[in-house]
Amino acid sequence: MSNIDYQRLSFEYQPCAEQRGAQADGPVHPVVVVGAGPIGLATAIDLAQRGVRVVLVDDDCTLSTGSRAICFAKRTLDIFDRLGCGERMVDKGVSWNVGKVFLRDQQVYSFDLLPESGHRRPAFINLQQYYVEGFLLERAQALANIEIRWHNKVVGLEQRADGAVLTIETPEGCYPLAARYVVAADGSRSPMRRLLGLDSKGRTFRDRFLIADVKMEADFPSERWFWFDPPFHPNQSVLLHRQPDNVWRIDFQLGWDADPVLEKTPERVIPRVQALLGKDVKFELEWVSVYTFSCLRMDSFRHGNILFAGDSAHGVSPFGARGANSGVQDAENLAWKLAYVLQGHAADTLLDTYASEREYAADENLLNSTRATDFITPKSAVSRVFRDAVLTLSKRHAFARGLVNSGRLSVPAVLHGSPLNTADADEGYAGGMVPGAVCADAPVSGPQGAGWLLSHLGQDFTVLLFGNPDAIDAATLADLSALRQGTVPLRLVYVTDAAQPAMTCSSATVLRDDQGLAAARYGAAPGTCYLVRPDQHVCARWRRTDPAAIRAALARATGAGLAAPAPDRIAA
Amino acid sequence: MPATLNTQPNLARPDDFYEALIEMHRDLDDAQSQAANAQLILLLANHIGDHDVLLAAVQAAREGVADMPGAAAPAA
Repeated sequence: MSNIDYQRLSFEYQPCAEQRGAQADGPVHPVVVVGAGPIGLATAIDLAQRGVRVVLVDDDCTLSTGSRAICFAKRTLDIFDRLGCGERMVDKGVSWNVGKVFLRDQQVYSFDLLPESGHRRPAFINLQQYYVEGFLLERAQALANIEIRWHNKVVGLEQRADGAVLTIETPEGCYPLAARYVVAADGSRSPMRRLLGLDSKGRTFRDRFLIADVKMEADFPSERWFWFDPPFHPNQSVLLHRQPDNVWRIDFQLGWDADPVLEKTPERVIPRVQALLGKDVKFELEWVSVYTFSCLRMDSFRHGNILFAGDSAHGVSPFGARGANSGVQDAENLAWKLAYVLQGHAADTLLDTYASEREYAADENLLNSTRATDFITPKSAVSRVFRDAVLTLSKRHAFARGLVNSGRLSVPAVLHGSPLNTADADEGYAGGMVPGAVCADAPVSGPQGAGWLLSHLGQDFTVLLFGNPDAIDAATLADLSALRQGTVPLRLVYVTDAAQPAMTCSSATVLRDDQGLAAARYGAAPGTCYLVRPDQHVCARWRRTDPAAIRAALARATGAGLAAPAPDRIAA
Repeated sequence: MPATLNTQPNLARPDDFYEALIEMHRDLDDAQSQAANAQLILLLANHIGDHDVLLAAVQAAREGVADMPGAAAPAA
């Protein structure tokens, strides 16, 4: 299956029901997603898995041309696992955990992004964007709830109190497409954003970079290598990454004065690559691109019934791999909330927390991205002096190595201060699983044998209970059971300690913490209890199992504590 | 209680330190002097470590620019 050339695939336009129907007004779809890139596809799959029908429109009929985003982080892989396509991504991708930083020809710094074992997924895989889109598309095509419409371009947009109507241009003319909610995952130049007259604001950096993807046999390790001022490319930076199919990504900093057209020509690119590899190494140019970048975001990711996700909402520099990875987290944050609102488990205001939580995450990504870019591309003479001072000191002094910033690589934001969190009532938890954090993985064994904790969390709200089911008193069990009869679907997962014999329970999943890593990572003792959101974020935790507290936290996490919408928001 | 920036006399040998500081720049051109200053700041900052103290020093230095003879106040 992996022999498919995803870059060459082309999908046929087909007239849709609205165009064939005689009536002027077509159906109102629950959700229309605009843009069949990684973020739009992930959103559509997540919604469809939750029983929400989705129409996915794209103005083109192909997947990504060129490798583009190649670094997919552990959190993204965990999400892809839940979306049913993580294994394919990891099987095809190049797994890596280690990055090295060189000054001239000397290594000054290295980092291991996942220094501990006991996680299903590596810190990162490198995988060409066309594979990621191809695997997501094949997953989407397997889901009956998703209808994909190629060559469907949004050219008009009308917001209504109870939805939005898009004007879609096709090879056979225009038609109106009505939806309760529209997800705009239409990329950095977002036509949806333009139709609403909105901006994404921030800084554009005065620097140019050359991507050369080369195909060759080489024995560089599967690590991220970053050079400042290497002998083969003086005064600039270079980044080397391994991709599948013997393709290597080489990213050369060129400076602002470089001619973007000239620098893309093989006559200019080949000598640069040869300078790195040596004259005798045989390679083919697979893809070449010259780019600049900006760090920017929209003021608000929600505008009435339109929700912006991915590059349409925020843009970062590539150093840190925080673009596509944060977009997939947008998708996951949005999908369960849309489903809960559409299915009556939550009020429309829950979607406001999509905007606030992901704007917060975008700010964290932008901060990290901007800092890395200021280090790689100093914006003033004195900034350059300090950058060079750090690099020089880093050769002899350990403290300076931590200041060398070639990109702080994508990790999920901890949603501190989210209105969906319930603050800790107890103190003294070890581990980092504070309300707002993404759940950590750990090896566990269950009814199907050895597996992973994350496979059992999320999708619905989950009560994660450390301890033996037999140790819980009958009244608490009855209350837990009653809680699960409520309208919001709720899973119950027990994690027992390694000494417990394997056991099953008809109304819950029982996992055994064979290595004690789950308890350690969650700072758990018998009776410790976590409430986990459908997107695997912690929203509350307790030292003892208190069904009334769980009930209150669940209500809060589905938006019960949110203020009623302002009248102008209803009308927007 | 957060540590505060000590601006009272604290140097063990003030005149010797000052001489050494100037001596650090002997025979350096402007670019080399700038590099030496930057490295010195980074080394000292790491030795101090405390973030509040460092921020107080950064702020005092910024305010000091306005007190320089003939200097216009920096933009806020």
